[in-house]
Amino acid sequence: MAASRSISIAIIGSGGAGALTTVDSLLETAAAAGWQGLFTRTMGPQIRGGEAAGLLRLAVDPVESLPDRFDLMIGIDWLNAHRFGAEIKAGNQTLVISDPRGGDLPPMVTQSGARVVEIAMKEMAKAIPDGRPNMIALGIAGRLLGFTVEQAFAPIAKRLADKGPAAIEASLAGIKVGFGAAAGIDFGVQLAAPKPSKVRRWLLSGNEATALGAIRGGIRFAAAYPITPATEILEWLAPNLTKVGGTLLQAEDELAAINMIIGASYGGTPALTATSGPGLSLMIEALGLATSAEIPIVVVDVMRGGPSTGIPTKSEQGDLNIAIYGMHGDAPHLVLAPQSVGDCVFTTQWATYLAEALQAPAIILSDQFMGQSRAAIERPADVAFIGARSIASEISGPYMRHAMTANGVSPMAIPGTRGGQYTADGLTHSERATPTSGAADHLAQLDKRRDKLDRFNFGDHWASVEGAGDLAVITWGSLTGAAREAIALAAADGIDARMVAPRLLAPVLPERMAAALAGVKRILVVEQTHGGQFNKFLRAHYDLPAPVRVFNRPGPLPITAGEIHRAIAVWR
Amino acid sequence: MSSVAYKQADYKSDVKPIWCPGCGDYHVLMSFGRAFAQLGLPPEQIAVISGIGCSSRIPAYTNCYGFHGVHGRSLALAAGLKVTRPDLTVVVASGDGDGYSIGGNHFLHACRRNIDMTYVVMDNHIYGMTKGQPSPTTEPEFDTALSPGGTRVRPFHPLVVALASGANFIARCFSGDPNQTADVLAEAIKHPGFSFIEILSPCVTFRPDEKAWKDQVHPAPVTETSDQGKAARRLMTDDGFNIGILYRGTRTPYQPAAGATNIDLSELEKDFEL
Repeated sequence: MAASRSISIAIIGSGGAGALTTVDSLLETAAAAGWQGLFTRTMGPQIRGGEAAGLLRLAVDPVESLPDRFDLMIGIDWLNAHRFGAEIKAGNQTLVISDPRGGDLPPMVTQSGARVVEIAMKEMAKAIPDGRPNMIALGIAGRLLGFTVEQAFAPIAKRLADKGPAAIEASLAGIKVGFGAAAGIDFGVQLAAPKPSKVRRWLLSGNEATALGAIRGGIRFAAAYPITPATEILEWLAPNLTKVGGTLLQAEDELAAINMIIGASYGGTPALTATSGPGLSLMIEALGLATSAEIPIVVVDVMRGGPSTGIPTKSEQGDLNIAIYGMHGDAPHLVLAPQSVGDCVFTTQWATYLAEALQAPAIILSDQFMGQSRAAIERPADVAFIGARSIASEISGPYMRHAMTANGVSPMAIPGTRGGQYTADGLTHSERATPTSGAADHLAQLDKRRDKLDRFNFGDHWASVEGAGDLAVITWGSLTGAAREAIALAAADGIDARMVAPRLLAPVLPERMAAALAGVKRILVVEQTHGGQFNKFLRAHYDLPAPVRVFNRPGPLPITAGEIHRAIAVWR
Repeated sequence: MSSVAYKQADYKSDVKPIWCPGCGDYHVLMSFGRAFAQLGLPPEQIAVISGIGCSSRIPAYTNCYGFHGVHGRSLALAAGLKVTRPDLTVVVASGDGDGYSIGGNHFLHACRRNIDMTYVVMDNHIYGMTKGQPSPTTEPEFDTALSPGGTRVRPFHPLVVALASGANFIARCFSGDPNQTADVLAEAIKHPGFSFIEILSPCVTFRPDEKAWKDQVHPAPVTETSDQGKAARRLMTDDGFNIGILYRGTRTPYQPAAGATNIDLSELEKDFEL
């Protein structure tokens, strides 16, 4: 049997069948045994009764993207599986486990040439008191992946700890039956042994990572309005902010949420809200206010398919334009994008630090793929970026809230400070913060707000710049992992490519980009938008020194390393 | 309470108001200073938060901390400030367009949330800053360029809405009586929870008819009540010119509990560790 550095599994069922729980616990089992992994959920909009699939990739090395084809596919049932269309691909090497009473095989299986093995999971579950077919599936998958019953059962036992012995017994019995059912099956692939790791290892979602990064960066207030797929950030912050002396307030809408965080930050408390595209659209006016009044705030946009309500449960990078250009007037602000589940910790922490240092709003563009995936990763390193704004504490004479300074940042008086009274304003104002409609003050403050961003030294974190090949792949956000993997695949074909993935999208850093692209002969821009927003953004702000091709397509299908690899291979 | 004695003038900034001569809002500004002085509040401990409109210009005319934000969202901004800075006295200033139209939803939820702050709406039944369009409190027959022949739409009843939504203190004042307004404002600030004061503040430019308000207002012929049923009847049968404290509730204000601040952040990571 061949030892593979990566194995991928898809478990599919109707919503409520427990496919997601099954895959989540497989990830936990594999993570506990030392492998790295990524679990992506894909589902329709229904809360129950729709289609749901857990997509899992386990590997020896860090996993940040999904495969082109799955090695193992288990259909607990196929009732709504056709709705996934091309989203979950099987190939002629795929092993498909199917319940003969689970409905017709979907075209993605029948058209693939995959080997299909029938196991009557429902029947088997019925024979166990309180038995559930997804536990049979877990047993099958556990056996095929080479785990023991105990390993496969451990995460389930933890989950069911408060459900009583009957539920635990039923699950264990189901897993054992699944193990038995898989006994004679030759999977044909085996995961290579995990690398020993000295670093502590974590299992978390991108949304949880984002929330942790926020607290690490100093966020102590969050305003919350629920929206898919960002809600988990707020749900994690609700109990955890309280633990660190912070507060979360549920807002009546996104208009309130953004204004609440502006109010909290004006009072001296670093503040954040999290939303998705429709919410960001509502927040734009107040983001302009925070820019004008120089109030630091952090807004996380976990992007989903758009425009309008779009595809709430699936990923896309289509909010780039609104994040960069959404505000009316000239409104320089920060836009950042994390590059992986683990990087959500760093990027959110850094964004908080930058917002506070520059007294400007920061928009973080995460996405559904990263936000709602759970990954087994090495613990992200501690970094020193803790938000600390310039504060005016000893004030004598008239307080100049928006005073001209060498770096463009003016010390901020926090309410309660004697002599620092001023009125923060969205109106064009003087250094003293007094409203004015004069040309000189208008220009001076526009210059100040631009210059404070332009003069800041963002350091090496602005982008992931890797390799030195003739061909540069420029990408961003959650596609960074797939691009990195594609470049490794291309290297095996003898193509030497480099990657430039900006973590900081605004302000733009032309000199840094020029250095990163020095000597390139060909450029491939990779993005998940329909309109090529990132390509247009790059062309507007950067001199790209070589011919450019663009590989872009919209969601909801995740862009895989294989697709990017093929785009690299034909661009020579 | 501070040991320093403050005067009304201590709360006034050197910024010259943009208001028209004779605007009712000048008197409201005066009442703010009187109420703050009466309570002996240090100016730097007060935050005056507003949205957009003539009345929302008031923060910069005070010598307090202020925030002149976007249209209609002052209550939300103030909520974020107050829950994170419960030590501050938070007063929110708005008008009938800012507060009842674009900001209407926030009004409901601010009443419901009952955070300890005071909401002052200077109601002149018109959009003044945009030159005379009908607001939610404009009479149905009032003729404007935007509503020739009148809106024919029933006016909004802010006091009833406030009561139904959970406001903990409801009063009506007339800007032309700054002493009485100051007294009510001081009571509202002292009262725990969300206090709402509707101040009839004439727009002499676009509603010259409102100059007659000074003859129409009268002390409410009732005593204060904390009975919501009584208050509901009183407000529903109100003539719109009753002046005074009309309801004083007993709800406990909302203030999220503050946790410890000296926690080691690695505690939070335990959820994630394998």
